[in-house]
Amino acid sequence: MLRRLHSEQPDSFAFTADNQAWAEAQIKKYPEGRQASAIIPLLWRAQEQEGWLSRPAIEHVSDMLDLAFIRGLEVASFYFMFQLQPVGKIAHIQICGTTSCMICGAEDLVAVCQEKIAPKAHQISVDGNFSWEEVECLGACANAPMAQIGKDYFEDLTAERLGTLLDELAAGKTPQVGPQNGRFAAEPAGGITSLTDFVNAKIKLNASAQLAHDIGDSVKRIDGTEVPLLTPWIDKAANSGAKPPKPAARPKPANAQKAAVKPAATKAKSTAKPKASDDAGKKPRTMKAPRKAGADDLKLIKGVGPKLEKLLNEMGFFHYDQIAKWAPAELAWVDANLEGFIGRASRDNWIDQAKSLAS
Amino acid sequence: MLQDKDRIFTNIYGMHDRTLKGAQQRGHWDGTGALIKKGRDWIIDEMKSSGLRGRGGAGFPTGLKWSFMPKESDGRPSYLVVNADESEPGTCKDREIMRHDPHTLIEGCLIASFAMNANACYIYIRGEYIREKEALQAAIDEAYEAGLVGKNAAKSGWDFDIYLHHGAGAYICGEETALLESLEGKKGMPRMKPPFPAGAGLYGCPTTVNNVESIAVVPTILRRGASWFSGFGRDNNKGTKLFAISGHVNQPCVVEEAMSITFEELIEKHCGGIRGGWDNLKAVIPGGSSVPCVRGENMRDAIMDFDYLRGELGSGLGTAAVIVMDQSTDIIKAIWRLSKFYKHESCGQCTPCREGTGWMMRVMERLVTGEATPEEIDMLWDVTKQVEGHTICALGDAAAWPIQGLIRNFRDEIEDRIKHKRVRPAAVAAE
Repeated sequence: MLRRLHSEQPDSFAFTADNQAWAEAQIKKYPEGRQASAIIPLLWRAQEQEGWLSRPAIEHVSDMLDLAFIRGLEVASFYFMFQLQPVGKIAHIQICGTTSCMICGAEDLVAVCQEKIAPKAHQISVDGNFSWEEVECLGACANAPMAQIGKDYFEDLTAERLGTLLDELAAGKTPQVGPQNGRFAAEPAGGITSLTDFVNAKIKLNASAQLAHDIGDSVKRIDGTEVPLLTPWIDKAANSGAKPPKPAARPKPANAQKAAVKPAATKAKSTAKPKASDDAGKKPRTMKAPRKAGADDLKLIKGVGPKLEKLLNEMGFFHYDQIAKWAPAELAWVDANLEGFIGRASRDNWIDQAKSLAS
Repeated sequence: MLQDKDRIFTNIYGMHDRTLKGAQQRGHWDGTGALIKKGRDWIIDEMKSSGLRGRGGAGFPTGLKWSFMPKESDGRPSYLVVNADESEPGTCKDREIMRHDPHTLIEGCLIASFAMNANACYIYIRGEYIREKEALQAAIDEAYEAGLVGKNAAKSGWDFDIYLHHGAGAYICGEETALLESLEGKKGMPRMKPPFPAGAGLYGCPTTVNNVESIAVVPTILRRGASWFSGFGRDNNKGTKLFAISGHVNQPCVVEEAMSITFEELIEKHCGGIRGGWDNLKAVIPGGSSVPCVRGENMRDAIMDFDYLRGELGSGLGTAAVIVMDQSTDIIKAIWRLSKFYKHESCGQCTPCREGTGWMMRVMERLVTGEATPEEIDMLWDVTKQVEGHTICALGDAAAWPIQGLIRNFRDEIEDRIKHKRVRPAAVAAE
């Protein structure tokens, strides 16, 4: 499926203060240098806050984790839970359509969405309240067919019940989540066939429904104030284990705002001619210009090309006999001062070559 | 039938107290420190002799898997990663563990981590399980508060941290190396093996990836003894198992039963029978979407374990997610829906899978409507064989097997439909 950024994007994104604190705590779950691991939870929180995932949000999260934008975009477009386009104001309805749900009536649920919301998946209803899509197995197969609305599973659905659910949501009510046919969880509907001693009559809701009931954030945009932030992995951590090897240092991504720093400032490259150093050896006699007969073709010396010839000319060497006369100390000086070709003169035995060329 | 006293997950329906206090009442977190003090070798030997095979689908012996981890660290830490990315169609058992009996999993994580010399454990839960994530995190918070994990966890002398991480809706992240990629913050694309995770896994460190159920049964096995656990089920298929039955039974449910229970007993005892009676049974997918379907008449006496389903019926136990289909089901369409699922979930890394899943789905689409030629059935068979075994991970195989199962078991039905479609237009033309 083609997944790309929406054509209309907001100008900016920022986490709310509580979500920011939440996000920073999540990053601490991973070893130093491995904060990229937190990208899915952070992108997800950004989506929970805004309803969908915009380009500024992806870039903001990538920046927080020191990642190139393309890494963030790669993750956002790979995982199907990320909505890359705006969704309904009240809720986005996800109907599970894979085999177990399909044979139990998921197609009827899709038909309800097509009729009550919009004919096509990801289209927003005319009143702007809802959008829907058919998703792959949501992992509640013993309670098929089912749908996920906001954060919660509505299981054991019928087309009729889904219709009234949508009406209730549109009217601003919070419908009871969990199985819609009076079932508790994933036990046999006719009554439990095992674990009869492990029943506490005081417990009225299964764990998921209880949480939804207690927090009350089924279809709410999350701003981080819903539940207190608990971080035992920071406060009570053992953290005694060895740390994994650090990832190889990667060049920093050239993100827009960082690119504002001019890179040229540090490049103080001298254009002046390199100064000949006198430390090694003794400088041989040089000439300011070739003799009247013209310079010898130094390129005939093996290992000397046009570039090296030019360099030798600049140093003041134009003739074979000049080179042939170098004493060992002078040779050492030349070796040390051949910018970019250090040691070439002795390695290629220029003196002997020049002697035979001069004669 | 398995008795309640022999069930490991005593709160799988969540009807009992779900807090730490409730879990301790039911016998969890009992003497965990003492179990750990018996040492690494004892734990691994006990796991090996219990005969526990991985509950994530492949059925690899868990104790053996643990023994692949390096005995001594070379400076790199070791990790336990728990695969809670339950997304195989038909499978909904780990969800019940995590929201209703989470302390079995947390205690298992501590013991398993100690056994493989890991001080840290990551649980990778699928992103859609939002409430389950909250329930599990609440249980982890409780365990930290009570000193059962953290420094000197459960007074065992072992320092242990447990982190909950979540995905964002990619089936492929249930594959262990794709899961590790995803946990490192990348696209969930499987890695080439070798190196295996036990050598270089999460962050390049030795890692073992286990299914939720495999880890959650560990504390009870160690407390009650390997021989207790291996007292259930046939040889090589030991223990108890969570079965998730969905589809056309009177009462779909998740239930813990002994391995090697017969299909008939499982359905009659817990699911109130097949909808419309046994004669109305058409087909069963006994182990989640990735295993081939089986004709109804072969299923009634079937023994629900790894070896019988593979050896006798050419299918598999997989995750023990049983999808039951009665005579009203359009079996071709049911399998087409799985093809669509695999096309949707292929990560796109290997060409045979990326192209093959789409190709197979489109041919299946034509078989559903009957607008195909009989030769296309053999062509489809050939293509499934070309995808199978030619990809980095098993998703290609998993996409091919349901179609192979369909052709093997219901070829007559496919041919009938094609014939029907081809005859009718001719009749119209003759009028």
